[in-house]
Amino acid sequence: MTTHYLVLSGLLFAIGALGVLVRRNAIVVFMCVELMLNACNLAFVTFARQVGNLEGQIIAFFVMVVAAAEVVVGLAIIVTIFRTRRSASVDDANLLKY
Amino acid sequence: MGETITFWVLAVVSVGAALGMVFNRKAVYSALMLGTVMLCLAVLYAVQDAPFLAAVQIIVYTGAIMMLFLFVLMLVGVDSSDSFVETLKGQRFWAVLAGLGFLTLIVLAVGNAIFAPETGLAAATQQGGYIRSIALLLFTKYVFAFEVTSALLITAALAAMVLAHREKLTEKLTQKDLSRARFLGDHPSPLPGPGTYARNNAIDMPALLPDGSVAESSVNRYLARYDVEHDHLPEDPKLAEAIRHTAEHDEAPTEAEQDAESNEVTK
Amino acid sequence: MESHIAEIVQHTGGVIGNSWLMIAFPLVGAFILLVFNRFTNRWGHLLGVAMSLASFVVAVLAFFELIGFGPEERRRAVHLFEFIPGMPGEPAMVDMGLLIDPLSISFALLITGVGSLIHIYSIGYMSHDEHRRRFFSYLNLFVAAMLLLVLADNYVGLFIGWEGVGLASYLLIGFWQFKPSAATAAKKAFVVNRVGDFGLLVGMFVIWTSFGTLAFKDLGAEVNGVQNGTTLAIGLLLLLGACGKSAQLPLQSWLLDAMEGPTPVSALIHAATMVTAGVYLVVRSGAFFFPEGSGAALAVSIVGAVTLLAGAIIGCAKDDIKKGLAGSTMSQIGYMMLGAGLGPAGYAFAIGHLITHGFFKANMFLGAGSVMHGMNDEVDMRKYGALRKFMPITFVTFFIGYLAIIGFPLLSGYFTKDGIIETAVHHQPILGWLAVLGAGITGFYMSRMVFMTFFGEKRWADDAHPHESPLVMTVPLMVLSLGSLGLGAYLVLNGTLYRFLSPAVGGDPAAAPEFHFVTTPGLATLALVAVGAAFAWMRYGRAEVPAVQPRGSFLTTFARRDLYGDALNESLFMRPGQWLTRLAVFFDNRGIDGIVNGLAAGIGGSSGRLRRIQTGFARTYALSIFIGAALLTGALLLVGNI
Repeated sequence: MTTHYLVLSGLLFAIGALGVLVRRNAIVVFMCVELMLNACNLAFVTFARQVGNLEGQIIAFFVMVVAAAEVVVGLAIIVTIFRTRRSASVDDANLLKY
Repeated sequence: MGETITFWVLAVVSVGAALGMVFNRKAVYSALMLGTVMLCLAVLYAVQDAPFLAAVQIIVYTGAIMMLFLFVLMLVGVDSSDSFVETLKGQRFWAVLAGLGFLTLIVLAVGNAIFAPETGLAAATQQGGYIRSIALLLFTKYVFAFEVTSALLITAALAAMVLAHREKLTEKLTQKDLSRARFLGDHPSPLPGPGTYARNNAIDMPALLPDGSVAESSVNRYLARYDVEHDHLPEDPKLAEAIRHTAEHDEAPTEAEQDAESNEVTK
Repeated sequence: MESHIAEIVQHTGGVIGNSWLMIAFPLVGAFILLVFNRFTNRWGHLLGVAMSLASFVVAVLAFFELIGFGPEERRRAVHLFEFIPGMPGEPAMVDMGLLIDPLSISFALLITGVGSLIHIYSIGYMSHDEHRRRFFSYLNLFVAAMLLLVLADNYVGLFIGWEGVGLASYLLIGFWQFKPSAATAAKKAFVVNRVGDFGLLVGMFVIWTSFGTLAFKDLGAEVNGVQNGTTLAIGLLLLLGACGKSAQLPLQSWLLDAMEGPTPVSALIHAATMVTAGVYLVVRSGAFFFPEGSGAALAVSIVGAVTLLAGAIIGCAKDDIKKGLAGSTMSQIGYMMLGAGLGPAGYAFAIGHLITHGFFKANMFLGAGSVMHGMNDEVDMRKYGALRKFMPITFVTFFIGYLAIIGFPLLSGYFTKDGIIETAVHHQPILGWLAVLGAGITGFYMSRMVFMTFFGEKRWADDAHPHESPLVMTVPLMVLSLGSLGLGAYLVLNGTLYRFLSPAVGGDPAAAPEFHFVTTPGLATLALVAVGAAFAWMRYGRAEVPAVQPRGSFLTTFARRDLYGDALNESLFMRPGQWLTRLAVFFDNRGIDGIVNGLAAGIGGSSGRLRRIQTGFARTYALSIFIGAALLTGALLLVGNI
């Protein structure tokens, strides 16, 4: 079963990455990032059972906590940007360039 | 056997939901799809001897984080939808290529590996059970990391407050100020309500003045614009003209106002 | 041949012990005049003269104290201070001290004596110049430097003085620096002298590395008759230095241009004293020109002989009275060098000629200055003529100088020059007879000068009103002409100078050469001089002198162009130097700048293109990160063989 879970995890990760790359809406991009984190968590949990060690679950737990903090700050940034630019598109914030 | 069925059902659902999240134009739907994926994953955690994580997944992710996403979506505009026209040259091609390549690599790597039968967590949790074992690890071996995450959470909360905070640049208007402004303006009296003397009482129909002429100011300009855009104009040409007129005069905020607003935010 | 140079005796006290005052007086004078600048304008010239006279007085007193010692004790060294300290615990590398011996005191007397006269003369000559005070400060500086040159007891001190007189010469040639010709001449003198100084400097290096000392006292013992490749090299290097300072071939070209300076400068520096420093150097470094008549000494003689002819030929063609005298100076110094190359026997005559030449040439230069003073600074002899009636004192004194230089019997030049010629004929017959020929040419060009200036018809410019110069100018002329008259006889007859100098230069005091009045070369010289003078009389005394320079023959042009010395220098050094500079500039602009600029432009251009990668789109960056991660994963799979 482990192989199945890991392939599912990789698939979800790749879909999340694809979303990050092709979507312009900052909130959707953010959701895709969350999807990637969840895919990783799945792998952690799978490996925890595979090797019979709880530490994989502990790491997944920490990932969740960090993801929560990240979402809070990231969304605050998105709101702030939206206030100034009236846009949530990641392509609009492109002033920092050559 | 039960686990296999569960896996396949949830795997199909979660992959479909993930694809749906990526390829849905409306952000709200994307959020709902993400919620679906997370719930599926929660079940998969539970199946894999991780009930604690399944609970946390539901509480933290589906409960808190997804709510936060939706909340921000409300702020930004629920009905905003993306155009799917790619503006960056080659971005989509290379993204798909990289995604497929990465997936292939993972599948190859995982597929080539030969796993022993799962060890299971029975051995790891035999001292006082699952929850106790988790707590033992968290508060002994990983206590420092745990404390650091608490600091991280506090910092993140503060950061969110600071970032979202808007400084008030002007004095708050008192009731006195408001009434003074009203009496100095064009309409000391309330604006005429819609529908007065009208032939129907719909809120988007302008009122008629005693002489039978149309009172344009009685129509809410947003409603007027909606009517014009969605072609809901009344048959009466006089009324239709008045509504159209109101819609046309509904101007976007002037630049000066916009500047004032953006200053407010950035300060 | 054994050396008769006396041991040097350490000396303290007395006038000799304080002989540094000789240098200090004019140095303080120059310092005061230069530092206090305009405030000394009213009395600056008087201070300058006073300082020079004070120096002269010290020199005379020192001289009398010196002759109070026995001949073998007449080399007195005075220690002044430790100049370049040695390693801790070791003696000083260079001790600064003065060497008062017959040679240096002779020079000191000449420098301070003639120098003082010229100082006095300059009061009158420069009376109309608003920068007279500056002029005197430079003159004082020159006297101080020249005295240091001749009095120092080591090569370092000598070199400091050597450079000091070079500086003073530069400043004084370019005294009227508003004239481009004067500024250029000063620069030329400086540059040409650098070549000679280079020789002297390298010579000093070689002396130091070979013998470990630069003091004359130690060197005498160290060298002590040794003759090998090193001493030859040192001799030739020192000769190069001497050629630069004394305007000997091939470094002669600066002297003629140096006449752009005020006339007293020409008289003092470029006739009487500084240009003879080369002769002093050769005589003082006698140890390296040993044995006489071979090696470096022969080179000295040859240079002298060639220069004496070259100077005489140049002198024949010059219409500028000062340039004519300058050519004559070259020629006469050539005689001294010739004598200096002949060893102790020649030294005495060389130094004797140096001293008498100092008198009669200064006399004539100042006479020329006096003529110019009366003729609105006209220097072209073709615009003179018949001046003897208008400037009687100048004429008489100039004529005495003239007779002295052509070697008229019993006058100064007769004894010293004939002495050199006879010695030369005895030791180096070919060079000696060349010197006889040179004497004949001297007779011609000096007569030409006198006839063109003081005899014949008036050829003056319209606004010329010739008049005799004031007493302050003519008195020095008279004093100098007295020296021109009798000094030679005093010095040479009975071998006075020879015996006086021998402890310093190494002659055998018992074998003083006797002066013979009737000798073959002497008679030949007299005959040739008479022929030259007669020829000059025919061409310039009796005949009409054209007011405009005639085209002249090839030989005349050759002489007028200074024997093409400048042209030679130009084509040998200046043009290749310019090409080299242009090549270097081209290489710098195109090559080095090209590489540097090209590199910068290349980096700038590629950076300009490379920065386009920074599109500002976060998704592009994310894509590159993701592709990178994918590649990394692939690489890990490959390497880890998972």
